Amino acid sequence: MKISVLLFGIARDIVGDRQVEVDIQDESDVEGLLEFLKDTYPKFRELRSLYVAVNSEYAKDHYVLKEQDEIAIIPPVSGG
Amino acid sequence: MIFKDIAIYDKPLDITTASELAASDGAGALNIFAGYIRNKTKSKDVVRLDYEAYEPMALNVMTKIAEEASQKWPIDKVVIHHRVGTLHVGEIAVIIAVSTPHRQESFAACQYIIDTLKLKVPIWKKEIFTDGEEWVSDHP
Repeated sequence: MKISVLLFGIARDIVGDRQVEVDIQDESDVEGLLEFLKDTYPKFRELRSLYVAVNSEYAKDHYVLKEQDEIAIIPPVSGG
Repeated sequence: MIFKDIAIYDKPLDITTASELAASDGAGALNIFAGYIRNKTKSKDVVRLDYEAYEPMALNVMTKIAEEASQKWPIDKVVIHHRVGTLHVGEIAVIIAVSTPHRQESFAACQYIIDTLKLKVPIWKKEIFTDGEEWVSDHP
């Protein structure tokens, strides 16, 4: 399935765009997406953390992604 | 449900505005935290900071933090204002204002809110120094 992933901060610098279309297996979960991204963009492995947000909430590793989800990559935060 | 004013602005924040929103007749205490841009990080001179947010989620998470704080302490009103865009030394990045009946809870609640915001809210800042730039990554 094709999913669209939003990118922020250093994640955007690593991929080179605010958004990227990713083609992953149907029924992939969050963990699968992160592995795919780390394989495709090895610099992600250098970050101290990487989370995925689905529909504006942090998602757990085993959450199964759906095409209509709004998915974002959350690198280490630094608000405040 | 407590009163909450939670917002992200791309223009200068104002402490008076935030505190007026948090003031409450039932509150004997109003606690305000303001986070400023500092001139140095690890002895490097800061030129500016560029802040960005995943706005819908940042608002969502800040709202959750306000609600968590209101479960822990008797809060009348909470205000969380965060700025995005380019900020210079001496400018305010974030204001937390909390009103409670008595002062003890106001300190605790205010600290909890800013501490948790810094750990969880999807906002990122890039520090631009005279000799380079770097995304701040203190909080995984």
